[in-house]
Amino acid sequence: MPTPDIGNAESAAMEPAARHAGLQEQFEDAGQQRSAAELGMWIFLATELLFFGGLFTLYIIYREIHFEEFKQGSHLLEAGFGLAMTALLVTSSFTMAMAVRSAQIGKRKPLVAFLLVTMLFGGAFLGLKFTEYHVKWTEQLVPGLRFSPGGERLQGARWQGVEMFMCFYFFMTGLHALHMIVGIGLLGVLAILSCKGRYTEGHFTPIENAGLYWHFVDIVWLFLFPLLYLVRGA
Amino acid sequence: MPHKVVPARTYVFTAITLLALTALTYAVALIDLGIWNTAVAVAIAAIKMTIVGLIFMHLLYTRGLPRIVVLAGAFWLALLIAFTVTDVFTRSWMAAPIPWSSSIGR
Repeated sequence: MPTPDIGNAESAAMEPAARHAGLQEQFEDAGQQRSAAELGMWIFLATELLFFGGLFTLYIIYREIHFEEFKQGSHLLEAGFGLAMTALLVTSSFTMAMAVRSAQIGKRKPLVAFLLVTMLFGGAFLGLKFTEYHVKWTEQLVPGLRFSPGGERLQGARWQGVEMFMCFYFFMTGLHALHMIVGIGLLGVLAILSCKGRYTEGHFTPIENAGLYWHFVDIVWLFLFPLLYLVRGA
Repeated sequence: MPHKVVPARTYVFTAITLLALTALTYAVALIDLGIWNTAVAVAIAAIKMTIVGLIFMHLLYTRGLPRIVVLAGAFWLALLIAFTVTDVFTRSWMAAPIPWSSSIGR
């Protein structure tokens, strides 16, 4: 019976190579690496949920305190803008899902195209968002910096509560917009790498995880839209 | 455990459903339901969240740990909101903050 040669055993263990270039050494196989990355992404999203959750909690409290003023504040926002942005973001989530699907079935051109279209929709969303910020600036509705609303729309309003509402508007949509900017940057990098054929050979976890991130940011907006734009009362 | 490749028409149908629900949210906001406006709007948003989570984020096709992480996240968010809100709303000293610089209407 030959004594087992440790050196040989080791190289044999390493041998069943065909190890994919994207496979890190701490993982047994691609499936294990993929599960680990996916789990990590979900845990990150859970922390993001609590990150945004703090703002939503404060929103609940201050809306209760300034109930009527939040209604008046909501009247200062254009619901049509919010509707258009929601439609853009939902559509971008669809194209993102299609991008992940293209990576799954190993189609390079559709993958790159869907990533670019997703960035386009995200960019259009941000364009509308910053247009809206600009309008609020000219209407002097930016708390702390430039807040002196006039006109008949707000006759008799109690300004403190309205100012608080606008504060929530800027912080919540601002944090969301920041996430959008990060997401678009991320997709840009992935689009370039996809172009080089990096994610169409079976290893596409980064595409999947970017997709999860994008859908999460979409979900946050699904709640921001009604809570900011549509609490005006009929 | 490779993910199932979801048929493209499932995604198309999902997107149409989400857009329809978005229009519904907007339409409901035009009707005065009193305090129920917010409840309905948040309920529709929750339905949309579930659809995005199950289909776009593949939770319907993934088993095990990611689902547990989602439930854990939802649980901690519920704790955060429930305990903060019950605390604040059962005390009487909670005053409105003194605002910054605006001088109108004081």
